Amino acid sequence: LRLFDRYRDLAPQLVPLDYTDKPAVTLPYELIGSMPELKDNPFRQRIAEVFSEHGDGNMTLDDFLDMFSVLSEMAPRDLKAYYAFKIYDFNNDDYICKSDLEKTVNKLTRNELTPEEVSLVCEKVIYEADVDNDGKLSLEDFQHMIVRAPDFLSTFHIRI
Amino acid sequence: KEDEEDESKEEDNGSQQNRASRRKNYQRKNRDGKKAGEEGSQKKDRGKTAPNKDQKESENKEKKTTKRGKEGENKQKKDRKSSTSSASSNSSDEESLSEEELAMLKEQVEQKKKLISTMRNKPWRMVKKLSVLREAQDFVEKFEGALGKGKGKKLYAYKMMMAKKWVKFKRDFENFKTQCIPWEMKIKEVESHFGSSVASYFIFLRWMYGVNLVLFGLIFGLVIIPEVLMGMPYGSMPRKTVPRDEQATAMDFSVLWDFEGYIKYSALFYGYYNNQRTIGWLKYRLPMAYFMVGISVFGYSLMVVIRSMARNANESTADGDDDNFIFSWKMFTSWDYLIGNPETADNKFASITTSFKESIVDEQESNKDENIHLRRFLRVLANVLIICCLCGSGYLIYFVVKRSQTFSKMQDVGWYERNEVEIVMSLLGMFCPPLFETIAALENYHPRIGLKWQLGRIFALFLGNLYTFLLALMDDVNEKLAEEDVVKNITHWALLGHHNSSAGNDSTVTPPPLDPADVPRGPCWETTVGIEIVRLTVSDILVTYITILVGDFIRACFVRFVNYCWCWDLEAGFPSYAEFDISGNVLGLIFNQGMIWMGSFYAPGLVGINVLRLLTSMYFQCWAVMSSNVPHERVFKASKSNNFYMGLLLLILFLSLLPVAYTIMSLPPSFDCGPFSGKKRMYDVIQETIELDFPLFVAKIFSYVANPGLIIPAILLMVLAIYYLNAVSEAYQRANAELKKKMQMQREEEKNKRNNKATTNPMLQDLEDLLTPSTKTESPPKQAEDKKIESLNGTSPVRKAGREALDGSPMAGGRGAPFTLPPQVFVTQPRALGARAPYPGQPRPWGHPLGPVPGRGRGQPCY
Repeated sequence: LRLFDRYRDLAPQLVPLDYTDKPAVTLPYELIGSMPELKDNPFRQRIAEVFSEHGDGNMTLDDFLDMFSVLSEMAPRDLKAYYAFKIYDFNNDDYICKSDLEKTVNKLTRNELTPEEVSLVCEKVIYEADVDNDGKLSLEDFQHMIVRAPDFLSTFHIRI
Repeated sequence: KEDEEDESKEEDNGSQQNRASRRKNYQRKNRDGKKAGEEGSQKKDRGKTAPNKDQKESENKEKKTTKRGKEGENKQKKDRKSSTSSASSNSSDEESLSEEELAMLKEQVEQKKKLISTMRNKPWRMVKKLSVLREAQDFVEKFEGALGKGKGKKLYAYKMMMAKKWVKFKRDFENFKTQCIPWEMKIKEVESHFGSSVASYFIFLRWMYGVNLVLFGLIFGLVIIPEVLMGMPYGSMPRKTVPRDEQATAMDFSVLWDFEGYIKYSALFYGYYNNQRTIGWLKYRLPMAYFMVGISVFGYSLMVVIRSMARNANESTADGDDDNFIFSWKMFTSWDYLIGNPETADNKFASITTSFKESIVDEQESNKDENIHLRRFLRVLANVLIICCLCGSGYLIYFVVKRSQTFSKMQDVGWYERNEVEIVMSLLGMFCPPLFETIAALENYHPRIGLKWQLGRIFALFLGNLYTFLLALMDDVNEKLAEEDVVKNITHWALLGHHNSSAGNDSTVTPPPLDPADVPRGPCWETTVGIEIVRLTVSDILVTYITILVGDFIRACFVRFVNYCWCWDLEAGFPSYAEFDISGNVLGLIFNQGMIWMGSFYAPGLVGINVLRLLTSMYFQCWAVMSSNVPHERVFKASKSNNFYMGLLLLILFLSLLPVAYTIMSLPPSFDCGPFSGKKRMYDVIQETIELDFPLFVAKIFSYVANPGLIIPAILLMVLAIYYLNAVSEAYQRANAELKKKMQMQREEEKNKRNNKATTNPMLQDLEDLLTPSTKTESPPKQAEDKKIESLNGTSPVRKAGREALDGSPMAGGRGAPFTLPPQVFVTQPRALGARAPYPGQPRPWGHPLGPVPGRGRGQPCY
């Protein structure tokens, strides 16, 4: 109920109160990105893209529910890992390659690191996590690595 | 039929009409009992699919929003009712289903059910999930009712319905429970501003509040209320009234503040309770209840703490020292998605950047070349200093408590002398930790280790303080006990005297009862102890609040407003805004709880005071944090510290249990006050109850059980069990480590293999190619020879020239006979030299006596 209210609050004129005939209402990305929970998150664009139906960042109520259900406390670890992988995979090729990593680092540090540092970090990451040694992280590599992380569950979590 | 309503509204925003029509279709094909089965299956499925909080919320939302659907549902209900009558006529069709079909159907239904229950874990899109879920549910719906057969069918259907109703009830209850959790929004706010570690403090506070509330309920309900309702009222007994000489000042605020006067003689303290065996018309055994409640307070706290620790341990099963993934984890888990505030976000960005830079520097640096001896010396020095501080503070407390005893004997003491003990202890608690921190700067540890040392030291400080306090108090108690004998005699004589004097007039009339206020009272050490602890707690609370107020709020105001007219930038420079001191606050909370545990046996009202304190503390601290603190510069996570704090709590629980247990077991209760007065030891009340209230055989059983001959073997057995479990757990840990190592080795191996493969790839390929032709029967040598010659011709004129030169000229150097052979060998042996592309034009076989050697291993020279 709270979620629905939040969804409506983003665009009261677009979202009807009555959902019986399943209107295909989608909220554009700008509105979603301005939610207080997501506003400061450097990955909000990717989050919206991953959970939206057509991958463009506009979300229906179902997508909205999906997003917050995965990001909630009670979602199982593997599910979160799967979605985290998709979020960090910027070019949507089912692999996190070096350019994806570079983009992640830059988003995390707001471009404050020098390019050499960035590439060093990316190389280290690939060295540490790439098990099948193809130079990029596949879903299994990522899951294998993230499942060990002690704070993954507590940081990949939005309370609403 | 609200379950149907729920279902349609939750899953299906708009296709209720579809569903209704589909259901009607199903009804036509209905068998007997299907109605119940259908209902049930829907409930069960939904019970499994929507435990998620958000889905529940959405369900609630949809409940609210679609009222129109309800009417549709009602119509369906009616239709269904009418159809069941028609359906019952179809019961005869049941037998037409054969056994195998039933079994197969059952299997399918089970499969679908499993699918429904694991739906939550699958990473599909919501729409897909919904459609698959609907499909599975319909399938189950259709066939479940058909599974129960014959006479048992009605029962089966009934059972299913009950099961589903139960599941629904449970789900609603869960919903209700999550909505009831207090302060959720507040904590979320704090979390978004300050990160998860600060919020963990508040979550801990909330948990503590819950525990204290339960304890308070226990004590209040079982001890205080019966006493107040059914016990003798105030003023009726000597122990319940303020003595005559104190009555004049009993209502003064200062006296009340010290917990003397009226408060001392109230239900808040031990001394008030009467030692009557049963009180009131319910025959409520108050002394027994008092004793049992005291024990159960500790028991419950123990259980709760251990359960919480076990839960934490379960969650963090990954061994934390897995250093393999430092960078990966930094990259993927350092951003705290809970942050919702720009200032915190800025801080977080900065800290992430710094942390990356630090790791890079660590990575690039070679081993730190430090002077290990200097380090060690500094550390030893720091430890020595700190031990001195601890001893000094312990002695100070002892001294002050002794002084306060002499003060209490004097009249006319000032406010300061009366409260000296508490003031000193609070001051120590306030100033020593920063002192420790500054000394610890000598030690130069990694921050996390430094934090642990700091916590350990503060812990030792508080513990030392508490125990010296207790020791001093024990002296007091012993003094009082010695006094008692004296007072007993005095009381006896005073009563006699009173009787004599009043009976002097008329010996037949019974002497008027002595006004309770006039009876000389014996000292009551339990109440004294209770009072001391309560005073300590209250002063601790006050000091904490004042520290927060002054240290955070006033400081913030000062910095904010005076900054305009001050020489240097206050905000960035010296005072600046305070950061929220997590460890200090958590420790304060833990110690407060320890004191409560210690004092609750002697002062039942203490837990109530604590509940109030936690409640106000929550609001107060939330406000203070939001208004005057800034997020930490080094934003670090709360992860493992949780178990650490629980461990501390457990330790404190044991340590506060010890004094209470000691006093219960070995000190005689006061003769003049409390529920155990008159007994030799406090636990005699149990014996008394068993003897008098329970039937005989129970007493016999207890006497057998309490036999040391039985208890000692039991203890031995438990010790052995602990040892065994310990050994088993160690073995598991070792096995775990082995497996991890194995996995790592495998990974390394794979990596190496692939690395090697990458660099020698062409060579491998060539070798493989070479191998395959040789395994086949030698293809016509001629062709190969021709090819070889061709290739030779083609590849290098140099070679040819070289060969000719070789043939023509005498052997140079030591390359005599061996080289006449190789060319011939080359010529005669069939070879697919076309593949030997990497080695063209290299006069290796000629210039290099070892040329054919590499190939010899395989019988093939290679060049």
